[in-house]
Amino acid sequence: MVDEVAARVEANPKYHQLVSMRSSYSIIMTILVMVVYYGYILLVAFDKEWLATKIGAGMVTSTGIPLGVGVIVITIILTNIYVRRANTEFDSLNAEIIKEANRK
Amino acid sequence: MMNSLVRNSLALLCGLLVAGAALAAGADLGQTTKQATNWVAIGMFAGFVAITLGITKWAASRTRSAADFYTAGGGITGFQNGLAIAGDYMSAASFLGISGLVFGSGFDGLIFSIGWLVGWPVITFLMAERLRNLGKFTFADVASYRFAQTPTRIFAACGTLVVVAFYMIAQMVGAGQLIKVLFGLEYQYAVMIVGVLMMCYVLFGGMTATTWVQIIKAVMLLCGATFMALAVLWQFKFNPELLFAKAVEVHSKHDLIMSPGGLIKDPISAISVGMALMFGTAGLPHILMRFFTVPSAKEARKSVGWATTWIGYFYILTFIIGFGAVVMLTQDPGAYYVDGDLAKGLKGGGNMAAIHLANAVGGNVFLGFISAVAFATILAVVSGLTLSGASAVSHDLYATVFMKGRADSAKELRVSKMTTICLGIVAVILGIAFEKENVAYMVMLAFAIACSANFPILFMSVLWKDCTTKGAVAGGIVGLVSSLGLTIVSASVWEAVLHFPAGSALFPYASPALFSMSAAFLTIYLVSIMDNSKQAQLERSLYPAQKVRSETGLGSSSASGH
Repeated sequence: MVDEVAARVEANPKYHQLVSMRSSYSIIMTILVMVVYYGYILLVAFDKEWLATKIGAGMVTSTGIPLGVGVIVITIILTNIYVRRANTEFDSLNAEIIKEANRK
Repeated sequence: MMNSLVRNSLALLCGLLVAGAALAAGADLGQTTKQATNWVAIGMFAGFVAITLGITKWAASRTRSAADFYTAGGGITGFQNGLAIAGDYMSAASFLGISGLVFGSGFDGLIFSIGWLVGWPVITFLMAERLRNLGKFTFADVASYRFAQTPTRIFAACGTLVVVAFYMIAQMVGAGQLIKVLFGLEYQYAVMIVGVLMMCYVLFGGMTATTWVQIIKAVMLLCGATFMALAVLWQFKFNPELLFAKAVEVHSKHDLIMSPGGLIKDPISAISVGMALMFGTAGLPHILMRFFTVPSAKEARKSVGWATTWIGYFYILTFIIGFGAVVMLTQDPGAYYVDGDLAKGLKGGGNMAAIHLANAVGGNVFLGFISAVAFATILAVVSGLTLSGASAVSHDLYATVFMKGRADSAKELRVSKMTTICLGIVAVILGIAFEKENVAYMVMLAFAIACSANFPILFMSVLWKDCTTKGAVAGGIVGLVSSLGLTIVSASVWEAVLHFPAGSALFPYASPALFSMSAAFLTIYLVSIMDNSKQAQLERSLYPAQKVRSETGLGSSSASGH
């Protein structure tokens, strides 16, 4: 029985819309996180001097510290943005698809 | 019967605590690695044990079926699971190790902690909801969804047990060493207490008790770390610049702590370690298992959102704590440094920075609290590991491979409990056997294997339609063998453990992940496209239905009640 419902889901263009929308969104987000993270790591590997420059005249804090804390904060924010969009927009589309498949 | 067992275990535990304390009191207190018996810490820890055993008793009354045992019946909420995941992931090593690294070299600690966080968005974007929709009890359920059960399950169970073993040895040895320093207990007793308590939680309370132990520990750790960070920042009018300025002034490396040091040597190692942490997190069996405890994909996403938030927040705290330790401990060298000499380092070693800071900001009572938190942390992590090892044996090997899915729930539950006892005993024996060994490489090895063996088969079986059993198993084996082999011939094992001369290691990089994970993916791809057997065609034809379920959760909602 589930197989029949699954076949109806497969035939629903909304399902393919959901899959392509959500997977391109998650791929973009993954790439974003990788660029941020590996960007920072490669900066550490190749340009230690720049990361060690001070953020202002007479200050002690170096550029790399707010940048590093920024990487942590961006990681948290991106994750929660994805969760919020997936749990609202994508999930309501998902619920529609399931409902339509069960109705027929 | 359960009650009397819980009571007896508690009595045994108290006996162990008293015996250990008595032995410790008679030991040489001049040793730097072992401190005087800390009764406040022991009292706080006993309180934690009493509460968690109480919860275990309550959980035992709710743990009747195999589903209750493996996944708490799928009744954990997203927020609770987020805390439990954080509790499972924030180990004592990361709390004490990262704050110790910041204390010793400043900036490098930040780079390190970022690496431990970036696996979480990857799990969120690519895995969490698909895992929840396809899986039931173990990650092998997901990997073998449309594949031949026997080979896939055997391989996934091996992948689970190998990762659990290395992670566990590192935790047990760390537990023994840490408790020796914090509580003044003998190493062997410390390891045995951890083993006995862990068995009590898992055996009687299953996933419900394990989850609550992890939640309580996460809350304690986050509260304790927040208090320490606030106490440090309060002294500097909540201005990090003033904190850093003072730290640069008093630290022996001065301004060097504000710039990247020797942690990242070459770009290849940096990328390889980054990959191990980023994708290894998505292949840790005890973490993956936590996604089956929530009722829906929505809650699975919520839990990983919360977990990422708590873990990231925690790493920011450890950074502040490390700098706070630099500033505050140097103000009273007599209390915290060996012979009161800054050049001789901290009493108990560099990893004690956070512990000493607890004493500096909150006195002996807060020191006791943080020590108890560190002990609780180890218990929470090893309980999760044991549960995932036990379910690999009972659910994947016994129920699916050996009984071909015809095992009844009661029998399966009995096998998982027997496995729990065996794993507990093995963990204690290994913990004692490895006391004097260098186990620093083991956690990284666990991550390398997780990202080279478990993650590729999980990823490809869920997301690539042409993947077949043969491809997945062959790729997994290549990943497992190559990550293990390359680690053995790298400096961290070849020179540091096997004592071959410096510079003789064949593999020059800090982690094999870049090579072993690529090899695993390539093997899965090549073997799968060359596989044109009947079985392979059947597996490919099952992909669309699997995809519908993994994307929409169709058919999996009934699985929440299991």
